[in-house]
Amino acid sequence: MHGDDWNETVEIAADMTTGVSRREFFQLAGTGLFIFFATDPMAAFQEPSRLPGRPSYPTDFNAYLRIGGDGRVTCFVGKVELGQGSKTALAQLVADELDVSLDSVDMVMGDTDVCPWDTGTFGSLSIRQFGSVLRGAAAEARAVLLQMSADYLHLPSVERLHVKDGVVTHAQDEHKTVSYARLVEGKRIERHLEKVPVKAVSAFTVIGKAPRRKDALGKVTGKARYAADMTPPGTLHARILRPPAHGATLKELDTTAAEKVSGVRVVRDGDLIAVLHEKPDIADRALGLIRARFEAPQPSEDDQTIFDHLLKAAPPLQTVDEKGSRAEGEKLAAHVVEETYLNSYVAHAPMETHSAVAAIEGGKLTVWAGTQTPFPLRQQLAQAIGFTPENVRVVTPYVGGGFGGKSASRQAVEAARLAKITGKPVQVVWDRAEEFFYDTFRPAAVVKIRSGLDDAGKLLLWDYRVYCAGDRGSRQFYDIPHQRTQSSGGWGGGSSPGLHPFAVGPWRAPAVNTNTFARESHIDILASKLGRDPLAFRLTHLSDPRMRRVLLAATSQFGWKPAPAPSGRGVGVACATDVGTYVATVAEVAVNKSTGNVEVKRVVCAQDQGVTVNPDGSRQQMEGSITMGLGYALAEEVRFKDGAVLDRNFDTYQIPRFSWLPRIETILIENPETPASGCGEPPITTMGAVVANAIFDATGARLRQLPMTPARLKAALRLS
Amino acid sequence: MRRSVSFTLNGKPLQLTVDDERMLLWVLRYDLGLTGTKYGCGAALCGSCTVIVNEEAVRSCVTPVKEIAGKRVLTIEGFSSDGHLHPIQEAFLNHHAFQCGYCTPGMIVNAYVLLLKKAHPTREEIIRHMDDNLCRCGSHTRIVDAILEAAGSTNGGA
Repeated sequence: MHGDDWNETVEIAADMTTGVSRREFFQLAGTGLFIFFATDPMAAFQEPSRLPGRPSYPTDFNAYLRIGGDGRVTCFVGKVELGQGSKTALAQLVADELDVSLDSVDMVMGDTDVCPWDTGTFGSLSIRQFGSVLRGAAAEARAVLLQMSADYLHLPSVERLHVKDGVVTHAQDEHKTVSYARLVEGKRIERHLEKVPVKAVSAFTVIGKAPRRKDALGKVTGKARYAADMTPPGTLHARILRPPAHGATLKELDTTAAEKVSGVRVVRDGDLIAVLHEKPDIADRALGLIRARFEAPQPSEDDQTIFDHLLKAAPPLQTVDEKGSRAEGEKLAAHVVEETYLNSYVAHAPMETHSAVAAIEGGKLTVWAGTQTPFPLRQQLAQAIGFTPENVRVVTPYVGGGFGGKSASRQAVEAARLAKITGKPVQVVWDRAEEFFYDTFRPAAVVKIRSGLDDAGKLLLWDYRVYCAGDRGSRQFYDIPHQRTQSSGGWGGGSSPGLHPFAVGPWRAPAVNTNTFARESHIDILASKLGRDPLAFRLTHLSDPRMRRVLLAATSQFGWKPAPAPSGRGVGVACATDVGTYVATVAEVAVNKSTGNVEVKRVVCAQDQGVTVNPDGSRQQMEGSITMGLGYALAEEVRFKDGAVLDRNFDTYQIPRFSWLPRIETILIENPETPASGCGEPPITTMGAVVANAIFDATGARLRQLPMTPARLKAALRLS
Repeated sequence: MRRSVSFTLNGKPLQLTVDDERMLLWVLRYDLGLTGTKYGCGAALCGSCTVIVNEEAVRSCVTPVKEIAGKRVLTIEGFSSDGHLHPIQEAFLNHHAFQCGYCTPGMIVNAYVLLLKKAHPTREEIIRHMDDNLCRCGSHTRIVDAILEAAGSTNGGA
């Protein structure tokens, strides 16, 4: 947004006020019916205590609904819209329970002044956490409104009343009618959620449908606003001096030439050296005039030596799960198979780089940021510039992709510091090289598996150790009597300092990609050693009906014909469970043995995610997961040496393109009696293994390291 | 060098006095307030900043303003008029051919150029033409489907 348009486009601020606490906000928010509800959404995690550094949810309330005198329903949620479509899916849940049209529901998301506190948008939690909560709130609101209707219409009970599009009408007398808007007009009613029965799935009218996304029009017209589209009057754009490598130290600095550029302001505040100008490109040009000498850090790991380093430097293993007796398993095992699996650091590489605008007015800081964690960011900002959290507001406009990488929001802190120093609104938009340099990569990792089979081909021993990825997705779900799963370090803390040469963090389905690649590759290796069909071998060791069902659904649609690998056909299968969801994927590849190129021709993916709120939205997430997964499977790998990140743009860091696309078929398993679970992550977890297994089936070459580049494939072909 | 540059922007004549070595992307976004054109890589590698100059798709992040003097520039903001969407925009809506939406303006703009040159491209031709426009969310198959649909309903004209 720009200049004069500014006032029009601060959407929420315009009618919702700024600079107040949430409690004050409720006093000021005017009339209407307010439904507050409290829950512990972190209960969606099996082991909430294992989440590092996450405070528990407030118990007063953490989401609410307002039904206004204009008949519009506003739903306030601390989650943000990253492209995953939860703005639409959450609105659908509300519309359905309230019997109002989807168009009349406004979602306000990720604004720390008006939305209840939230931990952040990750882990496929938006629907899992707020699905049933929002439905409960809307159902409560509907119950209250029906009672008010009965009173208004002088009816003894609500029994004969029905609702359509926010209008309540008596079943036998259509003249006895009143709208929600009329009922709440001029009144202020507050209700705190009590347990109210929600609709049966069979009564859904909006849930389960695929309406037009609420963000659709803005996104196809270019009107959707992202953080870099915000320029309050007087905004300065900052470009910041960066070291050439992590660990490099500044020794000499000469900013004279930069300062001579007309309109440029150079700021030095400790480690922060920035060039500011009214135009970002002129600031960038001036940044190029700064002469700085950095001292290189001590030589350290590179992308070749890193795996040995990780194994040496990893913290002690922790046992995640244990069953039976490994000693017994060792005794019974007729064949022992040991393997090691590796994966490289991978970048998030969202199309929108980290962006933020900070403005201080009347002692209050407002930051518009492309972030997945507006509430934790508010704390961080307050600390960074010495404000109380009440005097910091984070507003999250549309976010141009996150995938976990925008859980860290260093750019917003930089903008806030510079706004405080200059007294002007400051915009910080990282360039692509900064995005790669400061990305919190998916950690490189090592998995070691020792497994044992008896003479009948029964898998009875499983000793699994994952280093540096994390334990999510490491638990074994195949039926194996003697097993242990251990994990050391991970993406979210608990790692030794200096373990990784740069920051690591959550990357779409953190740890699960690593663990699924290792487990599902290994299962295929065992099946192949036994001369068994990979699907049949899996089913022999699977009693979980949901896993069997997704496997059978995907393979049946694919037209799976049993054969031991390598069959020369280039087909593979893999399955996983994550965020409460079950997924199975079948892929078909063609391998060019002379170039080492792999073409993924077809992917069939079946997912059981409980109730499907928005089938088309779910399919979008599945297609996106499958497509993004091709990247880490085949090409994505961050090259680095001595603290310098060598991949700085999309010329060397290749992400999936149109020409990589397989034919994608998605299957949503009907499972309406199970609450909605996560859908934005599961399919991506299977992509490494399903492609590895298909390559093996095509060629007999087994790749144990991601990504499966042409060079690695050619090397494996020479060995096979 | 600061000069007066004249060009047509979204159908309207325009005269600007700017340093004409500056890249069109920044002038569009921060001098003219047309923020639908996005920064993604700054090196013509991702396509988020694609605009149309005289019927050709150009990467505005590497196009100096002096190169568009006297030419016609069309950005995503010029695609819909009087509340009517362009058929390509309609097709993107129908197919939900986006997720985060950040690459979408560049996708639509580049698809427009394809349909100008070839009203009824094959799926393979669409893939070849669009291959240097990157999308991280993985909306590719829907984008191809949307362009195929738009090709069925337009002769390519705006």
